[in-house]
Amino acid sequence: MGAESSPKIVIVDESPIRAAILEEGLREAGFTGVVHISEMQSLLTRIYALDPDVILIDLENPSRDVLEQMFQVSRAVRRPIAMFVDQSDSASIQASVDAGVSAYIVDGLKKERIKPILDLCISRFNAFSKLQDELDRTKSALEDRKVIDRAKGILMKLKGLTEDEAYVLLRSTAMREKKKIGEIAQSILTASELLK
Amino acid sequence: MTHPLHIGFIPLVDAAALIVAVDKGFTTAEGLDVTLVREVSWSNVRDKLNIGLFDAAHLLAPVAIASSLGLGHVKVPIAAPFNLGLNGNAITVSPALHAAIMAEVDGDRFDPMATALALSRVVVARRKCGAEPLTFGMTFPFSTHNYQLRFWMAAGGVDPDEDVRLVVLPPPYMVDSLASGQVDAFCVGAPWNSVAVDLGVGHILHFVSDILVRAAEKVLAVRQDWSEKNPQTVAALIRAAFRAAEYIEQPQNRAEAAHILAQPARIGVDADVIRRTLDGRLKISPDGTMRESNRYLLVGREGAARPEPVQAAWLYAQMLRWGQASFSAEALKTAMAVFRPDLYDAALGREGKTADAPDMIGAFAGPAFDANDISSHLAAFAIGHRKS
Repeated sequence: MGAESSPKIVIVDESPIRAAILEEGLREAGFTGVVHISEMQSLLTRIYALDPDVILIDLENPSRDVLEQMFQVSRAVRRPIAMFVDQSDSASIQASVDAGVSAYIVDGLKKERIKPILDLCISRFNAFSKLQDELDRTKSALEDRKVIDRAKGILMKLKGLTEDEAYVLLRSTAMREKKKIGEIAQSILTASELLK
Repeated sequence: MTHPLHIGFIPLVDAAALIVAVDKGFTTAEGLDVTLVREVSWSNVRDKLNIGLFDAAHLLAPVAIASSLGLGHVKVPIAAPFNLGLNGNAITVSPALHAAIMAEVDGDRFDPMATALALSRVVVARRKCGAEPLTFGMTFPFSTHNYQLRFWMAAGGVDPDEDVRLVVLPPPYMVDSLASGQVDAFCVGAPWNSVAVDLGVGHILHFVSDILVRAAEKVLAVRQDWSEKNPQTVAALIRAAFRAAEYIEQPQNRAEAAHILAQPARIGVDADVIRRTLDGRLKISPDGTMRESNRYLLVGREGAARPEPVQAAWLYAQMLRWGQASFSAEALKTAMAVFRPDLYDAALGREGKTADAPDMIGAFAGPAFDANDISSHLAAFAIGHRKS
């Protein structure tokens, strides 16, 4: 292993934001030797050149299968690498799969040194998914608002309503039909397209 | 209805019986509530099956055996009660390598011995002029693709560990890697060979059925302990997959089957490419040359769905030949016990058809395979890297 104080960690992730979140977390926790690989071409060659102690890869990445080649007896491998799957620690495996991350470690790196890295990785991956969900929700809320504004415009023009009246009409219709305002607005847009 | 089942798969045409079983309602008819989960890597499929996130999976036959033996990873005994397909892979080479092999080929270009000998001459010529060794892509260390490539080239005198480079590439990256020159050739399942030909970046050199008459490819895999606790669910799954395989093999159903498989959430490629694979009618060169074979991919016909333990023994023998495992009589027994014709026969209430090849493998080179004497069988091959 490299420096006893800080193992060399490689993050293989095509998402630059998630990798940055993870890298930042690792640095804050005192792991200074962190390298991010986002390019999947010649992945093994690059990993061999970096000679890491720990490799972290997201489960959405097809290149996980490429890493499996490291276990094979081959002249290219300078030392054996084993995956962090200790059958006694199934909670940890479950948590990392749920979070969507997998870790590979150099054989001989002590378990107690890996645990904090993996725990941090799991929590950062989960934080990223939460962030992603919020972003998706915000996006769809924004799109709803655009649709509602256009539907209001149509109602104002066709029925001679004020903006407030148009909105009240949308809301009361949504409540009566047990639908979202955005859905009612969308059907008004669809109908007006058809009737053009 | 039983409790909901989650079954993992990789988007490849040899997942056809599983996908059609679910999407055509054969699993529902058996009282099963199945959700198919599309995955991006064999490592994911294996791990999720191992830890119980998947109840069953479309899995590379050698991975099922490696898991049961604890090779390269954690030991989790797997049972394979249904064979999702025989054959189905192909070897595709770059236009440059294709031209080089064709210039050297002495005999029929579809004869794997002729092409393997030609490859050997190409390798020697490249070494003489100081060119980089050729690089071949395959899908996983424990994969049929790895063993099929090795078997073929070694028969012509090419040592796959010394004379060329073999690298793992995820199937969706194969075509790009061939186009960019990262690899000179690859062995992969459908649809990727056809995709490379359609894009004009590759020639299909061989169907795997040129190399082996019957090669177990993907299996429907379950954890052995799970299969013991849920025998009725396993039997229902076998019946549903069997009905789907029979359905797919009827020529009049091929268009619908291809349409089901082509859906974005399933395999997600053009239905026509899938249809060509199921029909065994493939475009092998960018100039439009077609080649037909009734052995390209066998989903259920000729008893293809019955998991034959001799197939598991052959795959175990390849692991020995290439130094992935050491021989033990016990390991051989474990490997063969992964394939479960007993569960298959019991679920369907009948005996599967016997195969047409005398040794059930039908390799183009070497003596007929004998599962009872693997050591002398392997001794007949000049090239190999057996562990002492």
